[in-house]
Amino acid sequence: MMAELLTTTALPIMLVGAMVGIASSAVGTFLVLRGNSMLSDAISHSIVFGIVIVWLLTKQQSGPVQLIGAALTGLLTVLLTEALASTKRVKQDTAIGLVFPALFSIGVLLLNIYANDVHIDTHTVLLGEIGFVWLDTLDIFGLPIPQALVSMSVMTVLNYAFIGLFYKELKLATFDPALAKTFGFMPSILFYVLLMLTSSTAVAAFDAVGAVLFIAFAIVPASAAYLLTDRLLMMFIIGALISIASSISGYYLAVYLNVSIGGMMAVMTGIFLMLAFLAGPRYGVITQLVKRQRARQAPVEPPPSV
Amino acid sequence: MVWLELLSDYTFQNVVIGASLLGLISGPLGCFAVLRRQSLLGDAISHAALPGICLSFIITGSRDIGGIIIGSLITGSAAALIMLMLTRLSRLKTDAALGACLSIFFAVGIVLLTYIQSTNNASQGGLEAFLFGQAAATLRSDLWVMGSITLVTLLLLAVFWKQAKLVTFDAEYARTLGMPITVIEASLTAMVALAVVVGLQMVGVILMAAMIVAPAAAARQWSRHLGGMLTIAAGVGIVSGVSGATISTLSRGLATGPLIVLTATVIVLISLALAPGRGLLWGVIKHYRQKSALQKQQLLYALYKHTADPSCTPSTLGSRRMLNKLKQQGYLTRSPRGDDGWGLTAQGQEEARRVVAAFEELAS
Repeated sequence: MMAELLTTTALPIMLVGAMVGIASSAVGTFLVLRGNSMLSDAISHSIVFGIVIVWLLTKQQSGPVQLIGAALTGLLTVLLTEALASTKRVKQDTAIGLVFPALFSIGVLLLNIYANDVHIDTHTVLLGEIGFVWLDTLDIFGLPIPQALVSMSVMTVLNYAFIGLFYKELKLATFDPALAKTFGFMPSILFYVLLMLTSSTAVAAFDAVGAVLFIAFAIVPASAAYLLTDRLLMMFIIGALISIASSISGYYLAVYLNVSIGGMMAVMTGIFLMLAFLAGPRYGVITQLVKRQRARQAPVEPPPSV
Repeated sequence: MVWLELLSDYTFQNVVIGASLLGLISGPLGCFAVLRRQSLLGDAISHAALPGICLSFIITGSRDIGGIIIGSLITGSAAALIMLMLTRLSRLKTDAALGACLSIFFAVGIVLLTYIQSTNNASQGGLEAFLFGQAAATLRSDLWVMGSITLVTLLLLAVFWKQAKLVTFDAEYARTLGMPITVIEASLTAMVALAVVVGLQMVGVILMAAMIVAPAAAARQWSRHLGGMLTIAAGVGIVSGVSGATISTLSRGLATGPLIVLTATVIVLISLALAPGRGLLWGVIKHYRQKSALQKQQLLYALYKHTADPSCTPSTLGSRRMLNKLKQQGYLTRSPRGDDGWGLTAQGQEEARRVVAAFEELAS
């Protein structure tokens, strides 16, 4: 039964999509809360540089070396950005806009030069091919498990292990960095580890969804969750649920319309964000309008008589 | 000879003119984006141009540049508007709204792109080129369109110069003067979308962000005035465009877009290091000068005041390099005082007296 399900293409693809979403929205939640969402944009572009460099050094296109390489590239991006911003000559957002296109350009040029030897093309870099994940499988317990599913599951476990272990510290560092610092939680180191996990997740998700769509999986479910709840724990749960729902609905829509599966899954995360934005039970635009209307129509209570 | 041949090459001419136009428009408009802290808005708008390009292709059935411009303008501006709406009407911050718009619009673009591919239209070839740009495919007719957009944008900027300037630096004051600041802000954003449109062909939607940010960031180092900054940014844009295009043509096969972006990045780094007044290098040099001046004063002071103290010999007080330097300046000499072969000269005594006097005056 299980083997049968995995040999069909639909389930592995949806599972990979959901896993990409769950792993990315875990780290994305903190990025959204800290106001650093665009770092996911920067990281996902500059890991192209990291992937090419690691490939040049080790000839490995995936696997643990690539994950570590990506983590270091992510760290490099953030450190370069902060170094630029700390000169006080450019602002933080300008620094981001300077660093990642430069690293991305170097990556693309290196791909250009070694185009004949390397099996990564610029198309895959941007879009990925989630539709082909079932082609590359590993045998685990006699079941053909897609390699992308294995690496995404590893990243999901790693991300949630880190978040689970340092939940209290991360929470305080996110909502009150100054207090976290006085407690000796080293908020900046926690944040660097988080960004390294973000880049490793990005490179694991790379084959499946590419550089740009990763941003959608990292930021959009977390943003939608932010509009729906005030509790950190609920943000993770809602983010994961939206990821799963986007993955399933995106897959069937994409097959029906015969379009990019990864792209459609990302579009679905956007639909959920719009729904949360408009109809969220507490902060939704429509909800707010209705509330205001009701408040206006409610009879004014007469002041209590003395 | 190579240069002459190159200059008369039709494709090369087109690429260089296109790259210059891109620099001319993205530099000045980037200045406003950077100064208004919207550096990454250009990134979002350029990613959001992709669905526009695809939509125009679906509707017109061709790669007509006019349709592509209108399409990418519409979706680019829509992305910017939705971004504003998300931040104004919900509790999402700017960064999350930007990231969401950027990635979702790009995803829609990818979906439309694959839709076009699946309908198997023969003339769809080259749509993907807009991801990374395809400078070599620039036609003369494209240049006329790009040129007109650049001209109109710069003219608009010139006409509304005062308003744009005031809204950028002091929006509140502009509001009290009764200026329609929402309209002006929206038009400045829409103009970024125009710059993006010009850059699509040259550097593509992905790297356009750098063309908005880099020339402006470089120019900011050289000038304290908006007018000067805009002029320099245009210059930096043109120089990086032309040199990137030239390197790409000479190297045969290296992509133009990334080369233009890297040239601009190098110019930014040089500007950060060398710009008069703000350059980091000058700061470092000044720091070392002050440090060595202080060491020299300390050394002379100690030699003059503590002649009797045996632990105060020149070689324990200063490094060999420092001593040699002072010898060259005529303050120290190798012979007279016996202890370790260094001693103050007459000129050194004089200078030391001055240092001590200055120090004691400061202390009292």
